[in-house]
Amino acid sequence: MQASTIRSARHSLSVVVTLSALWLLNSGFYTPLILGLGFVSVLLVTWLVHRMDVVDHESQPTHFTLGIFPYYAWLLWQIVLSNLTLIKCIWAGNKSINPCVAYLPSSQKTDIGRVIYANSITLTPGTVTIDVQGEHLLIHALLSESVDQLRSGEMDRRVTRVE
Amino acid sequence: MESLLIWTSDVLLVLGGFLLLTGGIGILRFPDLYTRMHAAGVTDTLAVLCTLAGLMLLAGWSLVLAKLLFVMIFLMFTGPVSSHALAKAAYNSGLLPKDCDAVGGEPSTG
Repeated sequence: MQASTIRSARHSLSVVVTLSALWLLNSGFYTPLILGLGFVSVLLVTWLVHRMDVVDHESQPTHFTLGIFPYYAWLLWQIVLSNLTLIKCIWAGNKSINPCVAYLPSSQKTDIGRVIYANSITLTPGTVTIDVQGEHLLIHALLSESVDQLRSGEMDRRVTRVE
Repeated sequence: MESLLIWTSDVLLVLGGFLLLTGGIGILRFPDLYTRMHAAGVTDTLAVLCTLAGLMLLAGWSLVLAKLLFVMIFLMFTGPVSSHALAKAAYNSGLLPKDCDAVGGEPSTG
């Protein structure tokens, strides 16, 4: 009970901080009236989402360590690399592609870890996650090489490390 | 310094435009829905990154920069969700990928 109260307070605080930052950066008007209205809106929304019971470790993943940022940097680089491959395929025409479908194992324990992995696969062009079945992901790939690359498991390991 | 920023931004914007064109050509060229989705992925990711980075260089240190950053972050989070929804809807309604290699590594659940 005690621990869960602390956890829920931390998640609500995270909502307040995120919303406030979003509001401050989008507003650009810093008069007392506008700031006050913004503050009230932030509190109102926090109360609403708390009542809706959607403030939890999945919508506010405060337990993620800073390790998520190096992962994003690595993912960004992978996105650039796979874009280059794909651009070559588009200009080379249909003979250069060999689409395939495959099941991939995923080693993440939590749902949110698996979502990050599946979304990372979709985000890198050339591979799309079609379905998640238990511990397996159904992947469609434009090139069978990208499935081999995913099967080598580097992205899987990196996601498991940050989850 | 000023002109260097503008030149870099111009190059990024032109590159973004070229990538959007490439994605569009891919969508017309590729054989079926799934492969076309991959082509659309180019416009989703690198084209957006280049265009927004170019605009950020023009914006300088201002609130506009923060807003452009938000646009980028939101696109990076919502893009894969919509792609996945599209692929899953197509797959569930029975559309099978064309000219596909055999399905490999099936889950070993009995």
